[in-house]
Amino acid sequence: MIITSRFFNRSELIGFVALAVVLFVILPLLLDVFRLNLVAKYLTYAFVAIGLVLCWGYGGILSLGQGVFFGLGGYCMAMFLKLEASSVENTKIQSTPGIPDFMDWNQITSLPLFWQPFHSLTFTILAIILVPGLFALIIGTAMFKRRVGGTYFAIITQAVAAILTILIVGQQGYTGGINGMTDLRTLKGWDIRPDNAKIILYFVEVVLLFACIGIAQFIRLTKLGRILVAMREQEDRVRFSGYSVANFKIFAFCMAAVFAAIGGAMFALNVGFMSPSFVGIVPSIEMVIYTAVGGRMSIFGAVWGSLLVNFAKTSLSESFPQLWLFGLGGLFIAVVLAFPNGLSGIWQDYVQPRIDRLLAMRKSKPKNGWRDNSVADGAPAE
Amino acid sequence: MLIGHQPKEFLLAVEALTVSFDGFKAVNDLSFYVEENEIRVIIGPNGAGKTTVLDLICGKTRATSGSIQFRGKELTKLKENEIVQAGVGRKFQTPSVFEDLTVFENLEISYPRGRTVFGSLTFQRDAAVKARVEEVAEMIFLKDRLDTFADQLSHGQKQWLEIGMLLIQDPDLLMLDEPVAGMSVSERAKTAELLNRIIKDRSVLVIEHDMKFVEDIAHKVTVLHQGQILSEGTMEKVKNDPKVIEVYLGH
Amino acid sequence: MFGDYSIGDLGSIFVMQGFAGLILFSVYVLMALGLAIIFGQMGVINMAHGEFMILGAYVTWLTSNFFQSFLPSLFSGYFFLAMILAFLASGALGMLVEWALIRHLYKRPLDTLLATWGLSLILQQTYRSVFGPREVGVELPQWMLGSLKVTDSIEVPINGVFVMGLTLLITTAVAYVLYKSRWGRQVRAVVQNRIMAGAVGINTEKVDRYTFGLGCGIAGVAGSAFTMIGSTGPTSGQLYIVDTFLVVVFGGAASLLGTIASAFSISQTQSTLEFFMSGSMAKVLTLLAVVGILMLRPQGLFALKVRK
Repeated sequence: MIITSRFFNRSELIGFVALAVVLFVILPLLLDVFRLNLVAKYLTYAFVAIGLVLCWGYGGILSLGQGVFFGLGGYCMAMFLKLEASSVENTKIQSTPGIPDFMDWNQITSLPLFWQPFHSLTFTILAIILVPGLFALIIGTAMFKRRVGGTYFAIITQAVAAILTILIVGQQGYTGGINGMTDLRTLKGWDIRPDNAKIILYFVEVVLLFACIGIAQFIRLTKLGRILVAMREQEDRVRFSGYSVANFKIFAFCMAAVFAAIGGAMFALNVGFMSPSFVGIVPSIEMVIYTAVGGRMSIFGAVWGSLLVNFAKTSLSESFPQLWLFGLGGLFIAVVLAFPNGLSGIWQDYVQPRIDRLLAMRKSKPKNGWRDNSVADGAPAE
Repeated sequence: MLIGHQPKEFLLAVEALTVSFDGFKAVNDLSFYVEENEIRVIIGPNGAGKTTVLDLICGKTRATSGSIQFRGKELTKLKENEIVQAGVGRKFQTPSVFEDLTVFENLEISYPRGRTVFGSLTFQRDAAVKARVEEVAEMIFLKDRLDTFADQLSHGQKQWLEIGMLLIQDPDLLMLDEPVAGMSVSERAKTAELLNRIIKDRSVLVIEHDMKFVEDIAHKVTVLHQGQILSEGTMEKVKNDPKVIEVYLGH
Repeated sequence: MFGDYSIGDLGSIFVMQGFAGLILFSVYVLMALGLAIIFGQMGVINMAHGEFMILGAYVTWLTSNFFQSFLPSLFSGYFFLAMILAFLASGALGMLVEWALIRHLYKRPLDTLLATWGLSLILQQTYRSVFGPREVGVELPQWMLGSLKVTDSIEVPINGVFVMGLTLLITTAVAYVLYKSRWGRQVRAVVQNRIMAGAVGINTEKVDRYTFGLGCGIAGVAGSAFTMIGSTGPTSGQLYIVDTFLVVVFGGAASLLGTIASAFSISQTQSTLEFFMSGSMAKVLTLLAVVGILMLRPQGLFALKVRK
């Protein structure tokens, strides 16, 4: 208990317990399997949003290409599942049995070399972490070592998202094209489609999510977390305190990439397919808005933001498709202009003080973490 | 590796240093030498290239040509953080502290340990760190404000905090860019006292306009004009140099 | 790869492909000009730039319909009026947006990016609600149809030539306004030092608003020109926004000449590659090359070395 209370301060502890109760108990009890599976899908974006809290909220590095890493993680997972679903037995009606159906449709007659290692689950799990991690390392090293940041970095990452999408859509023989990889069935023989599998996958995902929350919180509390904040404000002062600013940015960007990739892999498992529509510019920038709505400085806020925006999206776009884009657009503007600290800011400014007053046992002032001006003034200069 | 002190070895040797911005030579063929434990003040009219010289030494600006040797190391080839690790500390003209962090955290970040990514992940706030932070906080008159966020400090207190952040790095060469500018009279006096205390056992390079202050602390004065040295020597010598009187002190 | 063509054929193909590239170049320049003013001069990332362009396209479409229904005799000249209307409509919307949104965010460039993205979503949906989800194409006047026969095997479309001429004209005008006029000096003064510019009596707020309006207005003209070579839908703007930003960044954000040079190299690379491979691969390779070069040379093609 002593460790916990040091790891989370009081209001964070409340946030942690509330989230755990909702995700582990309330939602599984309340929702049917179909809706629980929807929640699982929403939560895959929460992984991305947590990464963005570290990288954007703390480090001031806005990546508009997180869909790239989400997609790379998702495609790695989907490739493994697709290969398992494409056994010779399952695909004997194809002209070349034993390869994924979309390859057969595109007159490809043997499994491409880069697909081969995805027969192994161990390799796949490593690839889910390492492929996006290394890719982020390359982009981050190229950009941050040359002091490219701010808006330039945002535009470059966006271009990368555009490139990868066009590539995936264009190379349909190798990637499944615009339809993506569909009809994923089993994981090491275990069918991922029935209801009980979906429930198990949901819990696996939530456990992973809490692991990522723990890692992010740990990073936030170390000196590295404070250096990220320091860097966002006074990059030169950090540099002239003896730190290699680029290395810290690369680290934050790589962590965000790996978190996003884990989310992507869970997406492939929970939703049962992966497609380029989760890779490109539009999904990437939507992932940023989940973070902004939750509060770019709040790890728990990122999870709530992902859940609420997606819930709103599903319900609004089903019944009033026109309203949804107006709503989403308005959300972007409102969050930036009026609530730069998102839901967690509203909570801190309006709800928390009232709760404190109600409890009113001791006079307590928020001591750590959260202050208004931190975001408003925190936009990094180029 | 040389063991023992070489006689006549300079701490800092700047030679034939030149930097040009689109043809404009902000610093032009500049050479000067700073000895161990020397306090050198650079003065000169606006635009003389004083701040640029500090920028060049600490790596913020890259030299077009020339060399900067610090304890035998060529600084022009090092990155900023490597220059800091070699023992050069720099204070900027406007106070640059981390406003979203507390005074304690500001000082802690400057504590010279755990400066790599991995090092900062495993950094522990142990007794040695706490003791050193408190010691420095005492020197910079902020001991009772350790838990205050830096944005709540006054202008003068921010300047002190930044000086404290340099102090905790324990650099061999301390570079200060107008440390008393914008301070109230009482803050100014306190700062002079603070500087007099911290410049012991190290070399200091100061840019300052306040002549009274310069006279108090300088061992040697270098007068810059249009990127070149106009005069150099003791305050007494420089003050009486007709060239200096004409371009700088005269009016 | 060249085996099936004679030298003469190949020559003609390169010329015509080069011409296709020139049309693409003109469109890029027109789109990038507005962005170069807003991003290069003001440092504002306007993700809704494509939507301002589309507004110009819709205005042109409306004007063309109006002339067709009410003034068929003047139809051959509608285009000139349409471009002026497009400029005014996009420019006015731009000034409104600057006043309502952008001016609150000058110190937060990343937030501007998010807010203008939100704006682009709203505009897209507005277009969809007003003009319908389908793409619309304008009727071109007779004289713009057909093509000029340069030699036996080389033909160039007249509307393409027109767009190129238009681009030349607008670029010259923008260069004049920015670099030679008093107003252009004020814009650059504000960019370099806002506080000082204000202190010497320049109304910085007004300069900001008109600069943003001008950039958006030029986007509107670009959209208007765009209707001559393609159709317009609610989301057409978004297709081009990334390319356009890359053009501006690749050129070196503050340099008009750089923008033109970069638009030229990107469009020529893409249209030449398109002949040898699928359009999507040509685009991937072009964008990859641009991003690769930007990683090696982040300041872009043309950049000044200045003291920060």
